[in-house]
Amino acid sequence: MNIAVCMKQTPDTEAQIKIADDGTHIQTDGIKWIINPYDEFAIEEALRITEKHGGEVTLISLGPASVEKTIREGLAMGAHKAIRIDAPESPADPQVVGAALAEVLKEGNYDLILFGKQAIDDDQSQVPSIVATLLDLPAVAVVVKLDIEDGKATALREIEGGHEKVTFSQPAVVSAQRGLNEPRYRSLKGIMAAKKKPIEVKQINLKENQLSVEKLSYPPEKKPGRIVGEGPDAVPELVRLLHEEAKVI
Amino acid sequence: MKKFESPDYFQVDDLLSEEEKMIRQSIRDWVDEEVMPIIEEYYQKGEFPMHLVPQMGEMGLFGANLPEEYGCAGVNNVAYGLMMQELERGDSGIRSFASVQGALVMYPIFEYGSEEQKKYWLPKLASGEKIGCFGLTEPDYGSNPGGMVTKAVKDGNSYILNGAKMWITNGTIADVAVVWAKLDGEVRGFLVEKGTPGYEAPEIKGKHSLRASVTSELVFQDCRIPAENILPKAKGLKAPLSCLTQARYGIAWGAIGSAMATYDEALDYAKTRIQFDKPIASFQLVQNKLVYMITEITKMQTLTLQLGRLKDQGKLRFTQVSMAKRNNVYHALQIARMARDILGANGITSEYQSMRHMNNLESVYTYEGTHDIHTLIVGEDITGIPAYY
Repeated sequence: MNIAVCMKQTPDTEAQIKIADDGTHIQTDGIKWIINPYDEFAIEEALRITEKHGGEVTLISLGPASVEKTIREGLAMGAHKAIRIDAPESPADPQVVGAALAEVLKEGNYDLILFGKQAIDDDQSQVPSIVATLLDLPAVAVVVKLDIEDGKATALREIEGGHEKVTFSQPAVVSAQRGLNEPRYRSLKGIMAAKKKPIEVKQINLKENQLSVEKLSYPPEKKPGRIVGEGPDAVPELVRLLHEEAKVI
Repeated sequence: MKKFESPDYFQVDDLLSEEEKMIRQSIRDWVDEEVMPIIEEYYQKGEFPMHLVPQMGEMGLFGANLPEEYGCAGVNNVAYGLMMQELERGDSGIRSFASVQGALVMYPIFEYGSEEQKKYWLPKLASGEKIGCFGLTEPDYGSNPGGMVTKAVKDGNSYILNGAKMWITNGTIADVAVVWAKLDGEVRGFLVEKGTPGYEAPEIKGKHSLRASVTSELVFQDCRIPAENILPKAKGLKAPLSCLTQARYGIAWGAIGSAMATYDEALDYAKTRIQFDKPIASFQLVQNKLVYMITEITKMQTLTLQLGRLKDQGKLRFTQVSMAKRNNVYHALQIARMARDILGANGITSEYQSMRHMNNLESVYTYEGTHDIHTLIVGEDITGIPAYY
């Protein structure tokens, strides 16, 4: 079984994000880059499937040469090879990313295409569905359990207030949700092997961005708390404020 | 618990390869997730967390700098050192386990063993399926190992061992012991398997240090082992001493991890603990201590990285390893004591890790060549005059 996992490099979840001087990008100095955590679930799932059924896992990522650092992380987990679609930066428009990925994916004859359900940086959650649409494949999103047996695929999806079990034909596009698995640690052998694995660089014509970032802004600062008094005497005033000002009771 | 970030005051990270950093990060993540949540409990109980052994094997932490053909990861010595740093950031006992398994059991088998011994033992030790220990020190011969009284006598197709070894990490839980004994007056190495009649390995209890690590005595009473269990290429005291050089190299790195852990804890505490209406980090005496800590950590980082590069280039001298072990463990211990001090009364509890590190480092200061013996090794090297006795 040949599986493609599309992955994105994102800032570490604990990174302190600062807006760059141009107001439309974040400052990248000092940022630690990681595999988008949802994509890591996708890579882990692909590895488990190929460990069980045989086959190869190909990582596909879009961006400049600097994303190869996180591609190597995925190869260190055990993916077999990788493709980097060359781009000066990660496009803001999910249509551009989706079209580029679809173009590369259709050449690969993959039985399964896995994604994380969203990237934790811009949270657009669009690319998996765009790719599925462009390739005319079933799209199964926000998956917490995936079973592939004899060409029959079953997934458990997280939906509002519960789960939905679906079956689908392959090839298909599946996006991973937290809970699908527990990604493995990169072993020393895996890290050593990763440097010998190939990363193919593809040059393709990217579509024109139809969406651009106008402005980034910080969330509003939290207002400082207010002490309305001390002891039981303060309770009536607190109740009044909660009722009249905060309107929560 | 927050993810650990190591201090890097002099941008020493710029001198590391991506691969070295990836290895460090992977072990750091493992320590954060698997060691930190449980280590205090095991330390308090006085037990080694055995369930970590298969995970460490899976990650390739045992004998990581030995070649892939024997099931090892084949990383360079800097990556190996960073691994030791990260493990000891968790606990000296965890690092000790990996040091003994890799540098003191796998290394001598790799370096001095027959091809059959290597093929049989190394993959099993690398995966953690088998555990090893190393017996050199004796009750009456510590800094003076050449005086050892443990003897081997050839008897037909066997050797018969008699004697005792002391302060042996992993002894009780080991499947195989690399034992050093005199055969016709010459120090030789022998592989003794668990369960061999005449071989016992009782645990030493009541330790105030390295409580999450097994320390044992090894006793040999007419212990008969097959003749093929001798390490054919190890002849003379220089063989076990070469193993100690490997282990001390890892300890020099490990001490940095311990120092980073206690510095990180003390800095965090000093910035949040309020006395006289301000954080204690705003007092000059506290800043003085914190600056000592970060300065010494930075010096250790640069010294030890160069030590690793020399080892990878095949230029390492054992006297340099002595200097690094001596320096790094001494300062890591001072840093742990200062951290405990900054933490005040909180510093004596298991809510914080500094006192655990401090107590552990008292052992690390003494084992694998005491601080004073390393002073004399470097002293002899620079003056040409031995001053051991």
